[in-house]
Amino acid sequence: LERALGRPRSELSLAAFALLFSELVQYCQRRVASVAELQARLARLGHHVGLRALDALVARERPGRRETKVLGVLLFVKGPLWRALFGREADKLEQANDDDRTFYVIEREPLVNTFVSVPRENSSLNCAAFAAGLLEAVLGASGFPARVSAHWHKGTTLMIKFDEAVIARDKSLEGR
Amino acid sequence: MSRSPGRKQENNKISRELFVLTYGALVAQLCKDYEKDEDVNTCLDRMGYGIGIRLIDDFLARSGIKKCRSYSETADMIAQVAFKMYLGVTPSVSCSNAAGNEFSLILDKNPLVDFVDELPAERASLCYCNLLCGVIRGALEMVHLAAEVTFLQDRLKGDAVTEIGITFLRKPEDRKHKR
Repeated sequence: LERALGRPRSELSLAAFALLFSELVQYCQRRVASVAELQARLARLGHHVGLRALDALVARERPGRRETKVLGVLLFVKGPLWRALFGREADKLEQANDDDRTFYVIEREPLVNTFVSVPRENSSLNCAAFAAGLLEAVLGASGFPARVSAHWHKGTTLMIKFDEAVIARDKSLEGR
Repeated sequence: MSRSPGRKQENNKISRELFVLTYGALVAQLCKDYEKDEDVNTCLDRMGYGIGIRLIDDFLARSGIKKCRSYSETADMIAQVAFKMYLGVTPSVSCSNAAGNEFSLILDKNPLVDFVDELPAERASLCYCNLLCGVIRGALEMVHLAAEVTFLQDRLKGDAVTEIGITFLRKPEDRKHKR
């Protein structure tokens, strides 16, 4: 890649992305038999994007520094990552009351769903599955393996469930 | 919420990286689903067509341009306004035949291939950006202009530049419509 990463982030029209995403969803829809499969396909595509986005992003936003704590990586996701990809920070970041492995990233109106209308028979479909796959790839590649799923809740909620090992490691780091 | 309309205005921009990477993910998925390059190319063209027929509304609404009076004006509009609006680049336009219905757009910079160095050996005839051809074709059809749009040259395949050829197909109905 000849171009330096330090160039200012340029932006393109939302309409172009939204229509591309809509075609993408339709393409996946033609090849699957169930909503769950569709969401899985979208998640895989998001995964592909997440892996590549992370490298460019980290090099630009956090040169030389690596997140080692769960809270650090979550704040990075909610802020710089979301801003770089979607043009604004995620609305909320919450932790589950009863489970220290689970966190929620909440968006009232996720960008990817802008031009998507969900027919009633598919009401469980959430194209934020794409964002979930993206996030899962980002967390995994940053050293915080987790399962991320998309849900209809307060808008759209991405539920992040970190692997046990991640939380255990975090706890042991807390002492320092 | 009174803030909502305002919010929507700010948010009509998306990060270039997200768009380019999503396109890449799509092409990668198509390559997995189809063995033959021609099938991937066809699929990309078809999807582009689906996008083009909807994108034209957004384009006309935002650019506010009036009807183009000639093919040459149309080609200029595509290169200087549409490409700039949606991909942030301005290809140069030239007319390639005396009849005035064949044009070529030369893309100096192509954002879609930001993260692509070269095509893998087994995908040598893949038209990575074939979506663009479909988009242009679909959009033109919605304004009653039939055209053939193909890649004439492709940097990814080793050519010096990336060149898109647009051939407007004259139809008797067009003439009537213009009046």
